[in-house]
Amino acid sequence: MYKNFFRYLISAIFLLGFSVNSNADFKVGFVYVGPTGDHGWTFQHHEGRNAVEAAGIKTTFVESVPEGADAERVIRQLAQSGHDLIFTTSFGYMDPTNKVAKDFPNVKFEHATGYKREHSNVSTYSARFYEGRTLLGHIAGKMTKTNTIGYIASFPIPEVIRGINAMTLAAQKVNPNIKTKIVWVFTWYDPGKEAEAAQALIDQGADVIMQHTDSTAPVQTAEKAGVWSFGQASDMQRFAPKSILTSIIDDWAPYYVERAIAARDGTWNQQDTWHGLKEGMVAMGPYNSAMGADLVKEVEQLQKDLASGKVHSFTGPIYDQKGNILVAEGKVADDGMLAGMSVYVKGVEGDIPK
Amino acid sequence: MSLDISFIGILIGSIMASSVPLILAASGELITERSGVLNLGVEGMMIIGAISGFALMVITDNLFIAIVGSMLSGVIISLIFGFLTQSLLTNHVATGLALTIFGIGLSAMLGKNFVGIPGKEFPVLFSSLRESIPFFGPILFGQSIVLYFAFVLPFLTNYFLKKTKLGLVVRAVGDSPVSASNQGINVILVRYCCILYGGAMCGLAGAYLSLIYTPQWIENMTAGRGWIALALVVFATWSPIKVLIGALIFGGITILQLHMQAIGFRIPVQFLSALPYLMTIIVLVVISRDSRKIKLNTPTSLGRIFYKEK
Repeated sequence: MYKNFFRYLISAIFLLGFSVNSNADFKVGFVYVGPTGDHGWTFQHHEGRNAVEAAGIKTTFVESVPEGADAERVIRQLAQSGHDLIFTTSFGYMDPTNKVAKDFPNVKFEHATGYKREHSNVSTYSARFYEGRTLLGHIAGKMTKTNTIGYIASFPIPEVIRGINAMTLAAQKVNPNIKTKIVWVFTWYDPGKEAEAAQALIDQGADVIMQHTDSTAPVQTAEKAGVWSFGQASDMQRFAPKSILTSIIDDWAPYYVERAIAARDGTWNQQDTWHGLKEGMVAMGPYNSAMGADLVKEVEQLQKDLASGKVHSFTGPIYDQKGNILVAEGKVADDGMLAGMSVYVKGVEGDIPK
Repeated sequence: MSLDISFIGILIGSIMASSVPLILAASGELITERSGVLNLGVEGMMIIGAISGFALMVITDNLFIAIVGSMLSGVIISLIFGFLTQSLLTNHVATGLALTIFGIGLSAMLGKNFVGIPGKEFPVLFSSLRESIPFFGPILFGQSIVLYFAFVLPFLTNYFLKKTKLGLVVRAVGDSPVSASNQGINVILVRYCCILYGGAMCGLAGAYLSLIYTPQWIENMTAGRGWIALALVVFATWSPIKVLIGALIFGGITILQLHMQAIGFRIPVQFLSALPYLMTIIVLVVISRDSRKIKLNTPTSLGRIFYKEK
């Protein structure tokens, strides 16, 4: 019996050695910040991975990887274990990704929502979520009775601030009396805390809630309290059928498949991709009929105009909180300004945490 | 926003609701630790309770079975810890940490099919009184039965430890297992019971999260509350009433800082976020200054392996 066991063991070692040395099969690795079951941000990246797998490419993933030192270890390990293309799907993986990329010039890296491409094998990609926020702002401005919009924010990074600004600008356009109340929770994912933040905003008079965090807790809290809410990252309608007006949906699948095939066929090159409603990387969930037919029509038109480029989320004049001009009348904010956005626009209450 | 009296009532009500999981888990762990066993697996037992409760609710559509089942699942998983530490004499710290990692992994696996299913409304008691009485209504009424239980539990625990013979036995086992054993007490059996009780309370704390507080299952939804409960027990110097105070302060400051942000106080948000941890530690350290009392409450043989020589 032991003889057989050793025979298997030896053959297994040989097989293992062979597969590592040959490196014939192309492999893609994914690093996620949350669990695949969060039904939000990571869930959508995982859907993208499933699409890559369906295209006949081998993939692996590591979930719930904290941003910081741990991330570097995980990314390094994926690079070492023969992955040819690695997607790191959270802002906080920016420095670790570039660090590892330096040591593995033959491995391709794709970092989501970041701006650092320090080596030729690092690409960045993101979605123009702010276009979705513009639609949310328009809806919120029309739907609120208390003129108070509650916003649960995660971390003070440009992406989050951009969303707050885009939403506020659009809401002000349809309702000049709007106030945006912001609560920073300093987490991407803590259902209990997100629910508490939503409740605090509701208690403070907000009757429309939106969030830049990953769980479904805020929309459920809104449903219970009878106020309006929006799904974030994926369609959250079934968690709060009455309360959800629409959802911003991230659709990474086409991009992931395209990049994986490019890397496999040797046509991959460094890029900075920023796709929006036009390319379908940002999509909207079904609009709640409670909005009324007129508003739905209005929003659908705005969605079309944003996609075609006829309307831009950041069209001047835009002022900062102190009244200094950020974007002149008739101009739109360029991508560089959007990518580094670190001030609130006029009408947002409070300070950005430093 | 007006800070009228009924609003403060609503605020206190939500503070109480948010501190329930901490009270339950910390009260359970307190009994375990008073018997001399350090179980760092609180987070793991809570998350197992959360998924079991939610899964049973979906399968049986019966909330009573779900609640009881979550406590049973806590008992079962803590039995693993008990067997390893009490019968196989493994190290408490290492085994407890392993239990947490195991619990988080197992719950994610068991929960795969339960992600994305909306939860069910949990019945609340006296909801009509909640609306009709200002201030006291939202505090005292319209809450779930688990909340009422959680707020009685620390007093029951206190009574049990101080006034009952069984409580004395638990404390004796935690302070000096050798002398207790010489007195004819079955130390291992007592410790087993305390571990299982701790497991049941942690399971219930998890079920409170997945069935009542945020009715849904998502992976890792306890998000570190088990560790806070563990810290509470130590900072409350193993006194059940101080555990209650600590949990309320922690829950209170967490909720208050969110409100302060929403109102627009010009205080750095990072400081506000750290405030619950800081304040809880400061208050508990201040109210537990009496070193004589600390000595009296601290289980002297906490975390030490005991075995009976044959």
